[in-house]
Amino acid sequence: MKGWIGLVLTLAVVGAAAAAPWLTPHDPLRADFSSGLLPPGSPGHPLGTDQLGRDLLARVLHGARLALFIGVCTVLITAVVGGLLGLVAGFVERWPSAVLMRIADVQLSFPFILLAMTINAIVGLGLRNIILSLSAAGWVVYARVVRGEVLSIKQRDYVHAAAALGVGRARLLFRHVLPNVAPSIIVVASLQFSQFVVAEAAISFLGFGVQPPTPAWGSMLSESRDFLYVAWWLAAFPGIALALTALGVNLLGDWLRDTLDPKLRV
Amino acid sequence: MRGYLLSRLAQTALVVFLSLTAVFGMVRLSGDPVLLFMPMDIQAKDVDEFRERLGFNDPLAVQYARFMGGAVRGDFGESLRYRRDALGLVLERLPATLLLAGTALLLTLVVAVPLGVLSAVRRNSVLDHASTLATVLGQATPGFWLGLMLIYLFSVQLRWLPTGGMGTLSHLVMPSIVLAAFYSARVARLTRSAMLDALNEDYVLTARAKGLAESRVIGKHTLRNSAIPIITLAGLEAGQLLGGAVITETIFAWPGLGRLTVQALLNRDFPVVMAAVSFTSIIYTLMNLLVDLAYGWLDPRVRVRA
Repeated sequence: MKGWIGLVLTLAVVGAAAAAPWLTPHDPLRADFSSGLLPPGSPGHPLGTDQLGRDLLARVLHGARLALFIGVCTVLITAVVGGLLGLVAGFVERWPSAVLMRIADVQLSFPFILLAMTINAIVGLGLRNIILSLSAAGWVVYARVVRGEVLSIKQRDYVHAAAALGVGRARLLFRHVLPNVAPSIIVVASLQFSQFVVAEAAISFLGFGVQPPTPAWGSMLSESRDFLYVAWWLAAFPGIALALTALGVNLLGDWLRDTLDPKLRV
Repeated sequence: MRGYLLSRLAQTALVVFLSLTAVFGMVRLSGDPVLLFMPMDIQAKDVDEFRERLGFNDPLAVQYARFMGGAVRGDFGESLRYRRDALGLVLERLPATLLLAGTALLLTLVVAVPLGVLSAVRRNSVLDHASTLATVLGQATPGFWLGLMLIYLFSVQLRWLPTGGMGTLSHLVMPSIVLAAFYSARVARLTRSAMLDALNEDYVLTARAKGLAESRVIGKHTLRNSAIPIITLAGLEAGQLLGGAVITETIFAWPGLGRLTVQALLNRDFPVVMAAVSFTSIIYTLMNLLVDLAYGWLDPRVRVRA
């Protein structure tokens, strides 16, 4: 049940993002000053328009593209980097493991959002940099989980058996250990995804992420604050879209965790 | 216990040392740190003079030693905007953040823990389903959006509460609810699952078999045994309250540490940024230490293993 709701919501968001240009005839960036701040239900603008007369539906739908793009990129980067480092640290132990765990301790001593925001403010604003700073702040979760899993998996009989047969270390690691760690990586990725999407929105909301006029949910919400007294829809719809995305992916992630790896509670 | 305490203290000192190093390194990510430490309106020809005056021409090791030496003495330099001691500004804002985070924490403990316990005890009841739904929604709702919606409802429409600022009790209501919402959702969920785990244990069966009152079985035998995961998560997440405060304080114009950090980043006032980030990280690390110590105190097995 939970999994189904999550799957349907996630697919709906992905579908809406993919089909954005066909779902609305409007360009999310085109201003039309004669029809600014139209309420939802206005002819031609189902969700209304913003202060510059841009169609809100088009902006929310294109915002979904951006949010999903950032989420997918960040999850891929963190999963590959964190996963590989965790794999090596767990397999080799000794100093790589110790170094990794100290780096993890340090990184976890900063609240995630503060770390990502500060890195972003230092390296500069923009789409590429927000993906990089979210990744820099987020990879450590994978590294820790994967390292822990590898430590236990490499004691299993099939790994010992493969080693006794003379299988090389690299092959042992990638053919015998990695496939058994994969479910945990998938589960962490799904649970991290919504965190990244919401964090990106929060950082853009604070003004350090994707900059206007690009339709990002966070910066749309930030702009909406100036119009809260006259146009509630500007604050409501981007937020609903964000919450629905987070809800769908969270439910899917919970379901994946229960199915693939009930032990794992991140 | 003493060995455990000492080893945890040493670890904490190491993490604090490395975190300060990380803050030093972070500012160098931009390539040329002098650009972060100059007033905005400076002439191009003065950049080199500034670089010299701020010591960015010295070898990196010297700069590092100077930063660490300053940090140990609580000296992060002078705010470029306010022309005042950066750490002093941070400490000045601390009480406001502690008030907000403390209220949110209290709210969570009063609402989320009893809710989690009740859902576990009355499993599959209407209350359980309602609370599960609320926690799932609570975890998916971004705090800053919840804040906007509350402002719209209670300040714009109903005019019951002020949109922001600090002063009276009514200023505290919305920010603390927003900060507590996400946190409560996680704590309630975890309390429920920890209670369910503990309820399946043999000692609960024994307690019931020997005829103990249900209130005693739950209060004494189950809740106490599920306290460890709850305290761990509550402690770790209490650190996230500091992160959440960054956003909540900005929405509600709450004059705390989080808002100071955001403003310093927007003004590119990097001495204050470094002071605030270092300070937050140290508090966060100390909080994790407290959680670990509570852990060792609650569960003797942890002390022996360490």
